[in-house]
Amino acid sequence: MAQVEIKGVEKVYPNGFKAIHGVDIDIAEGEFVVLVGPSGCGKSTLLRMVAGLERVTAGTIRIGERVVNDLEPAQRDIAMVFQNYALYPHMSVFNNMAYGLKIRGMSKAEIADRVQKAAEILELSSEQLTRRPNQLSGGQRQRVAMGRAIVREPSVFLFDEPLSNLDAKLRVQMRVEIKKLQERLGITSIYVTHDQVEAMTLGHRLMVLNEGNVEQLGTPIELYEKPASQFVAGFIGSPSMNFMDARIGAGGDTVELPGGVSLPLDGAGGREPGRAVVLGIRPEHLEATTGSDVASLRVDLVELLGADTLIHGHFGDDKADMTVRLQGTSTLRPGDLYPCAVDPAHLHLFDPDSGRRI
Amino acid sequence: MLKRVHFPPSVLPYLLVAPQVAITIVFFIWPASQALYQSLLLEDAFGLSTKFVWFENFTALFSDDQYLDAFKRTFVFSLSVAVVSMSAALLLAVMADRVIKGTTAYRTLLIWPYAVAPAVAGALWMFLFDPTLGIVAYVFDMLGYTSWNFRLNGNEAMVLVVLAAAWKQISYNFLFFLAGMQAIPKSLIEAAAIDGAGPGRRFWTIVFPLLSPTTFFLLVINMVYAFFETFGIIHAVTKGGPAKATEILVFKVYNDGFVGLDLGSSAAQSVILMAIVIGLTVIQFRYIERKVEY
Ligand SMILES: Nc1ncnc2c1ncn2[C@@H]1O[C@H](COP(=O)(O)OP(=O)(O)OP(=O)(O)O)[C@@H](O)[C@H]1O
Ligand SMILES: [Mg+2]
Repeated sequence: MAQVEIKGVEKVYPNGFKAIHGVDIDIAEGEFVVLVGPSGCGKSTLLRMVAGLERVTAGTIRIGERVVNDLEPAQRDIAMVFQNYALYPHMSVFNNMAYGLKIRGMSKAEIADRVQKAAEILELSSEQLTRRPNQLSGGQRQRVAMGRAIVREPSVFLFDEPLSNLDAKLRVQMRVEIKKLQERLGITSIYVTHDQVEAMTLGHRLMVLNEGNVEQLGTPIELYEKPASQFVAGFIGSPSMNFMDARIGAGGDTVELPGGVSLPLDGAGGREPGRAVVLGIRPEHLEATTGSDVASLRVDLVELLGADTLIHGHFGDDKADMTVRLQGTSTLRPGDLYPCAVDPAHLHLFDPDSGRRI
Repeated sequence: MLKRVHFPPSVLPYLLVAPQVAITIVFFIWPASQALYQSLLLEDAFGLSTKFVWFENFTALFSDDQYLDAFKRTFVFSLSVAVVSMSAALLLAVMADRVIKGTTAYRTLLIWPYAVAPAVAGALWMFLFDPTLGIVAYVFDMLGYTSWNFRLNGNEAMVLVVLAAAWKQISYNFLFFLAGMQAIPKSLIEAAAIDGAGPGRRFWTIVFPLLSPTTFFLLVINMVYAFFETFGIIHAVTKGGPAKATEILVFKVYNDGFVGLDLGSSAAQSVILMAIVIGLTVIQFRYIERKVEY
């Protein structure tokens, strides 16, 4: 176990492409941090720098007390689970897990003991330990890859999209298992994913990356409730947040939609009247209401998901497509009007140019 | 299993394979059958009469110590060629895999020897090592090894033809090893590095085992090459000498048949060679299926 400190880390690839533009984060002992962002934003690059598989162009990475910038992966006391598992195809499952221990010169008895323990935790039978990786299912291979990381008892776990090759059901199951395992072993972990559900459920803290920049760093709830930018707001939450162009009302305490609808804001300042903004509302916050003088959504399409209903529609003449999430099944049909209100605390305003939260 | 696609019967496929079949018959089946037939005949020394003697040529061969020696020699020769050539190629491939700048130039240069004709390669090596003219012999001289003379010393002659034959095959082996190494997912090597294996250990425990199908394939190919395609090199460098020290089977076929004019025995020897190559090919096809999956 160790803390990880990443300070001003940048990465420029040999071809001149700058993949990481300066990342800072202190990861506490036993903390589970998730790096999340769209494809190509530099998640793997950052993780691989921590692993020692890519050189650090600028900044420092510290694991425990040591600066590891110039250390080989082997000397960093880390274990990594790869997206394609990277199991050694010519070795049995047992030997796959034992490989790193043998290299460290551990005794046969202790190796057998550790592999046995890991196999138990991961529910791999002793018969499966004798098989080759290609004789296992995808989920079992995933477990072996986890096992190979566990037996080493490293101070940091690194995961690079370990679940993305599994089917949806297995993914949920393994997600829960990884979470339990990490809590049980208490090993500092950095986990890369582009799946926001995985990110929200697994991480103590999330780091949202966008084109090599940190958009926001915080707990899942902070990111959900107070997204620092339109990018984070759109990325976190499913279905994603509705955005529309709007303008602050004349009094500075309302926000006016182009369709003539106006919504009350809560009392914070800094909102000069007439300023153009991007208004964000989460689908689950457009609540039904019966009061008069409320915004009404014209329903275009209804999706019944069983537990929830998704309603797609628009306000008045505004073209922007809005999604509403209602609990249970709804009797609304296309063409109906859905009168709704939003708690002012759930309105998010962003600057149209910078995308930052106002 | 692949599913077979069925087409309605037509003569077109037969027409399309006809040229191939014709070539095979004219250039392979027919001469092979002639050799087979000839191997059962005994011809007198002046070529005036022939006699059908069944397998006498074969039994004579297998009780001939010289032939058995040639067999052993051929085996030693081909195994040495395969080992020398493959080790050198593997080393070059490992290094080429690490090269970052000038990759294409490096690789292209390494492929050139393959384009050199065997006889030319032989002549090249012969001149390099020539006891009186050769630059390498000169270096040997300076280093105090003055007795170098492959024209007199059988072992030295063998070393020289092995080197020449192996050199020519390095390019071919190099290409296969390089392709084999590049087919190994990079993440496996990275996983091993994280597991704590240094470069040497990664090579011997991960890369080399995963290359084993390639290695096996190349071993057979190199053996076949050394058995059959090194005639030009041997002819140019040693002519089988000194005192038959480098006379491998193919060379003996030529020597006995075209120099010694013992056509029956020579034909019997080629039939045996044919059997060997067929055997090697069968092994090749049987085991090449067992590929490693990543
Ligand atoms: N070896 C390299 N040389 C040059 N550019 C690279 C190299 N590897 C990655 N990149 C670039 O760096 C950026 C970040 O890549 P990275 O692999 O970290 O993305 P990612 O966030 O992991 O994406 P994904 O979710 O698709 O895995 C990408 O734009 C990619 O094209
Ligand atoms: Mg990635």
